[in-house]
Amino acid sequence: MATTIEEKEVTVFGEEEAKQLVNELRVAYDSGRTRSYSWRVAQLKNILRMCDDSEKEVVEALHKDLAKPELESTLYELGMIKNACKVALKELKNWIRPEKAKTSLTTFPSSAEIVSEPFGVILIISAWNYPFLLSIDPVIGAIAAGNAVLLKPSELAPASSSLLAKLFAQYLDTCSIKVVEGAVSETSALLEQKWDKIMYTGNGRVGRIVMAAAAKHLTPVIMELGGKCPVVVDSDINLQVAVRRLIAGKWGCNNGQACISPDYILTTKDYAPKLVDALKTELEKFYGKNQLESKDLSRIVNSNHFARLSKLLEDEKVSGKIVYGGERDKDKLRIAPTILLDVLRDSLIMNEEIFGPLLPILTLNNIDESFNVINSGTKPLAAYIFTNNKKLKEKFVMSVSAGGIVINDTTIHMAVHTVPFGGVGESGMGSYHGKFSFDAFSHKKAVVYRSFTGDAALRYPPYTGFKLRMMKALMGGSFLAILRALFGGSKS
Amino acid sequence: MVKQLRQSFKSGKTKSYQWRVSQLKGIAKMVEERESDIVQALYQDLSKPPLEAFVAEISMAKSSCREAIEGLQDWMKPEKAKTGISTYPSTAEIVSDPLGVVLVISTWNFPFSGNAVVLKPSEIAPATSSLLSKLVKDYLDDSAVKVVEGAIPETSALLDQQWDKILYTGSARVGRIVMAAAAKHLTPVVLELGGKCPAVVDSNVNLEVAVRRIIAGKWQCNNGQACIGVDYIITTKDFAPKLIEGLRKGIEEFFGKDPMESKDISRIVSPAQFKRLVGLLDEDNVSDKLVLGGRRDSTRLKIDPTIVLDPPQESQIMQEEIFGPLLPIVTVGNLKESFQVINSKPKPLAAYLFTEDEQLKQDFVENVPSGGMSINDTILHVTVHTMPFGGVGESGMGSYHGKFSFDAFSHKKSVLYRSFSGDASLRYPPYTPKKQMVMKGLMNGGLPGMLLALLGWSSHNSGTKS
Repeated sequence: MATTIEEKEVTVFGEEEAKQLVNELRVAYDSGRTRSYSWRVAQLKNILRMCDDSEKEVVEALHKDLAKPELESTLYELGMIKNACKVALKELKNWIRPEKAKTSLTTFPSSAEIVSEPFGVILIISAWNYPFLLSIDPVIGAIAAGNAVLLKPSELAPASSSLLAKLFAQYLDTCSIKVVEGAVSETSALLEQKWDKIMYTGNGRVGRIVMAAAAKHLTPVIMELGGKCPVVVDSDINLQVAVRRLIAGKWGCNNGQACISPDYILTTKDYAPKLVDALKTELEKFYGKNQLESKDLSRIVNSNHFARLSKLLEDEKVSGKIVYGGERDKDKLRIAPTILLDVLRDSLIMNEEIFGPLLPILTLNNIDESFNVINSGTKPLAAYIFTNNKKLKEKFVMSVSAGGIVINDTTIHMAVHTVPFGGVGESGMGSYHGKFSFDAFSHKKAVVYRSFTGDAALRYPPYTGFKLRMMKALMGGSFLAILRALFGGSKS
Repeated sequence: MVKQLRQSFKSGKTKSYQWRVSQLKGIAKMVEERESDIVQALYQDLSKPPLEAFVAEISMAKSSCREAIEGLQDWMKPEKAKTGISTYPSTAEIVSDPLGVVLVISTWNFPFSGNAVVLKPSEIAPATSSLLSKLVKDYLDDSAVKVVEGAIPETSALLDQQWDKILYTGSARVGRIVMAAAAKHLTPVVLELGGKCPAVVDSNVNLEVAVRRIIAGKWQCNNGQACIGVDYIITTKDFAPKLIEGLRKGIEEFFGKDPMESKDISRIVSPAQFKRLVGLLDEDNVSDKLVLGGRRDSTRLKIDPTIVLDPPQESQIMQEEIFGPLLPIVTVGNLKESFQVINSKPKPLAAYLFTEDEQLKQDFVENVPSGGMSINDTILHVTVHTMPFGGVGESGMGSYHGKFSFDAFSHKKSVLYRSFSGDASLRYPPYTPKKQMVMKGLMNGGLPGMLLALLGWSSHNSGTKS
């Protein structure tokens, strides 16, 4: 809580300050410094060093903001960031190299290539649940592509935000890479400025605001949003493995506060009891008997979200449906892993992204009914299915539209950097990870090279009947037609 | 109408390979059989010469269709992706999903990506718009491909709906309106806008060929009314007189002594555009810089190919996209100064350079941001369908042509397949220090690290023992 003294020390960040920062970044970009291969490599190596040197501080900050378990912090935040850096360092020369493109007879003689050009000055607005990963991963992409960057970390994870600001200033090129801390008014001031690309990670409501602001300047955007990620659980599976992977993706990911966490389950009425029993068994193995106090689970980020989640549990439509957990501690902002069975589709918990440790299970007569349920909602960021049935797998991949799909596991696709990570519809637009990050922050410029030889007079006026016939024949590619045109024997 | 299209899409019919191919064949057939109708409509709207209509519109449409039909099976196939040791054992692929129901404002772009489509052609070319509406009904699947004609009210009504993607071709001003409307529904957009496409001309070129290609890229492109047409030229003070003389000769060779009588040049599309262009020409400090042309005929909506030399940078003709037959020539002392002139304006859709200087070519490509570029020619890069066509900054976002069109209207969905075997209990709580060390090793991607971690020789010490 800020005292009056602390408030006085904070400088006001408004339109003027935002404009100045953008100008500074633009000057840095225009100087050409961010475009050199050596600059990009230096920044990426510095990020690696930064992660290695500051592991302890990062773990502490994440513990302060979210009570995030150390393993999650080192693996899912630092580990992923370091991996992204290493991939970029290894591949950067290839990514930067222009891509040759085939040319055809119509433009002969010529050569063509697609050149990757940085956009210029990028704004990255990050989220509170994986404050380091969701800040640094996009920054890595922007740097690899040769841009100047401004990062706006989330104020809802204040210890992480201030550590990010400190570390960036210490390890990276402050002329071209900047951090602005703050909340709504700072973000609004930033959004008023003209950026060359904006990446936003968060929710759909703010996503609309970001895109509307971007529209004023015709700034392209990437938006990583959310949704209700469904998990379909079929009957003929290795239940123990499935349940463990489900738990890892739900409670093992910031206690359900992750955009790709399983949100709800769809299974048959017959199979549900088995599933619930297996969940109970494995949950106890993982988190012990007093799960409210477990150190291996993150807490709820703040009292607003705690209240929101409590409301979902207090909804009269779900009374009597809680079959496991439900314990809450308002002061410590903790909610135990909670399972709800036979939840109705019109309950509150089924009408918003849960983003917490509550897992509703919807039961169906037949597993095929899950498609209707999933497709009646907005397109989620991820969709999961546990099954050994080949036809069901195929149907799932073909008919479920989601950002990404995993068969027989949850969340791990974010660790595969050879596939794009992004949403569709309400869950977002654009994607990143691996080379897709480099591409996200580059403009692909088509370039054709010609010489002065090989100029076809056919192309130029005056347009005679002969020229028209000849052009048609050439473009139609028919040798016979070309001969006909040349010798004047065409139909027209 | 959107509801009905969504039903059509949900029915799954637009996803099938057969449906897509049948629609593409329908378009090819339509363009082939009704070529003369199309040419006539274009002549009615724009006085577009038949050869130009053929090359720039009909032929492009036919070859796009042919390309799509040939490529479709490959494009539709999921793309395999490599996986790494941390997610072993698994396989991964990227699947191209159609987005759903898309709105296309003002171009010929079509439904081969498996979507249901609404086309809203430009009302400024009314004959073409109404012909398109009729032809699409006759040749394509009416339940999934529709044309809506109209102007601002119709377009606004369309923009209020929820689309799965919008492709808009036109001006930056309307582009902002389209994107703002799309933002309300989180609809992704492709915007093909415009800009002032510069052509930099060096003195070491084959003047005759360069001139012909510049004329082709200006007056042969709908009489300058093309988003990728040459807007203005930059050359050295020394070379300008030669260039102007070359252009004068070339224009006479192509269009005759009286270009306004030539059938080989389009007219200005409307009285409003005519008025705007005349205004650019008659501005103070511009009208006295005329070196060629300048005549205008308001009844026939014709303006001569016109060249002005060194109009002031603040004049309208140097500030807005000309989109007409007026060509300013800006002179500099040294060609390298041209970069600054270009980069002081919004990023254009295309930029051109005529030179034999290899270093200058390289510098140009590296330091002039633009949608696309042609070196020693104009327009050409947009005919190479193995490359994306699109703008950057004020000239647009997203791209299409060839497979890029297919990609523009598809969602690239990642799909990861795992089996139940090979489950690493390391991943699961309770999180012990040992587990952490081993996991770190795995994550670093190297087998050696993992072994070291198992043997407890990691360089990291996680403080707590639990």
